[in-house]
Amino acid sequence: MAIGALMRSLLPVAAVVAAIISVWYALAVQMNSDWALDRAGQNGIELSFGALVKNTMSQDRPLLPAPHQVAVELWETTVEKKITSKRSLVHHGLITLSATVFGFAIGTALGILLAVGIIHSRAMNMSIMPWAIASQAVPILALAPMIIVVLYSIGVSGLLPKATISAYLSFFPVVVGMVSGFRSPDPMQFDLLKTYAANPWQAFWKLRVPASMPYLFTSLKVGIAASLVGAIVGELPTGAVAGLGARLLAGSYYGQTIQIWSALISAATLAALLVGSIGIAQRLTLRRMGMLR
Amino acid sequence: MADIQGHQPVGDAIISANDLCLAFETRDGTVEALRNVSLDIGRGEFVSLIGPSGCGKTTFLRVVAALETPTSGSVSVKGMTPDDARRARAYGYVFQAAGLYPWRTVAANVRLPLEIMGYSRSEREKRVRNALDLVELSAFGGRYPWQLSGGMQQRVSIARALAFDAEILLMDEPFGALDEIVRDRLNEQLLALWRKTGMTVLFVTHSIPEAVHLSTKIVVMSPRPGRITSVIDSPLPPERPLEIRDTPEFIKVAQGVRLGLREGHIGD
Repeated sequence: MAIGALMRSLLPVAAVVAAIISVWYALAVQMNSDWALDRAGQNGIELSFGALVKNTMSQDRPLLPAPHQVAVELWETTVEKKITSKRSLVHHGLITLSATVFGFAIGTALGILLAVGIIHSRAMNMSIMPWAIASQAVPILALAPMIIVVLYSIGVSGLLPKATISAYLSFFPVVVGMVSGFRSPDPMQFDLLKTYAANPWQAFWKLRVPASMPYLFTSLKVGIAASLVGAIVGELPTGAVAGLGARLLAGSYYGQTIQIWSALISAATLAALLVGSIGIAQRLTLRRMGMLR
Repeated sequence: MADIQGHQPVGDAIISANDLCLAFETRDGTVEALRNVSLDIGRGEFVSLIGPSGCGKTTFLRVVAALETPTSGSVSVKGMTPDDARRARAYGYVFQAAGLYPWRTVAANVRLPLEIMGYSRSEREKRVRNALDLVELSAFGGRYPWQLSGGMQQRVSIARALAFDAEILLMDEPFGALDEIVRDRLNEQLLALWRKTGMTVLFVTHSIPEAVHLSTKIVVMSPRPGRITSVIDSPLPPERPLEIRDTPEFIKVAQGVRLGLREGHIGD
């Protein structure tokens, strides 16, 4: 029975993964075959179909690396390399992770603070929201180098500039989510507190904050993914020193597509882990609050 | 909190409204929610406000609770302005929906006003226990609201309004969303509670049997503009089992209320 249920839920997932991988292989064969045929033509060799397929899956710098090439690269650069090695993806991942988490913390704190201001002050409500929205309309790729350069010129480098970009991207979903969250109780609830002659401080802590918890976690999930993007983007203009962004950049400098793809997959995995851990925190918190049935 | 009724208005009235008018500005023009409403409610009375929707019964309750401000006229609650009475925590308010906090257990929901009003920890626990006893929910203190039926949730919200020392209970169609069977049972419980506590109850309803069953005085209101069309003093005895609804006295009062409601609709 339990195995049946597990199979039912695993089967669709497995089917989708299998479909993605087979499409990936097909694309790899198709995209890499031009180069293989060119090379064969130059050397005057006639390639059989089998040989062609084999060639497209084992090129050094394929246009699109085959899944198993990326898997091998991932294995070598995470498990087999020492973490201290400059080629270890774990090493680069941790660097990106620390900037992500640091920036996320700043962005979340800033976002909550702004949301508190917005719900309590009409002036802030009118003045902050347009700027917050405008800030997100600026392409971060254009802004990131300037943040890095400006901060570098005043002697700040390393983690903080990257975290600043992370915070810049992650405060927005938190502001929007928490403003909705703090305003989520219906008017009756505020009337009730009024009949108790409760002050705004009590209304905030006893009603608005607990009511906003589901909104908080939803915003945090969006925020942490945005933070990771921010940290990676922040690593691009630093001249490819360290971090997943640096691996992406170095990979594209040298045409190391396998390296690019494994960095991309690491970033995606990291994002999934971060969002997943917030999901766990959400379940734990809401269950503790009795809001999860 | 007990000795704030220094100067009393007319006679024994604990709530006294004098020539109250309240108009709302809406997109479709001015709506007269209340026009020239005057009403005295004696200490310990159970007064029902009955009428069709839009007759201003809820608005009147909200004015007494200082949740709305009248355009003209005056109200006194325990000899104070409604806003001072609100600050003095003179009344408990029960809304149409139970409005319990889903993140608080039943006991913690009842404790909410006590926390806000700064009662000591031991006092809070004692009062929560008493209030839950009054609504016969002592065994459910540790449950969360979603584990309770609608009727039980509404009883918790009544317990929440009873937890502090309010002398007045304002109830806005508290059983409106419940089925008839639960409603009859809660009416009986509310009556027992009223006799036990001696509170003054102001009760909004649109059910004639409910109003007649519960009240010592029934105020019939009519809409456009919201006004009082008749005030009926109930001759029914204080002891009122559910069977009283089949007695000729009950039916006569109910007829009077129905007549009052119909008269209010002349010209509609």
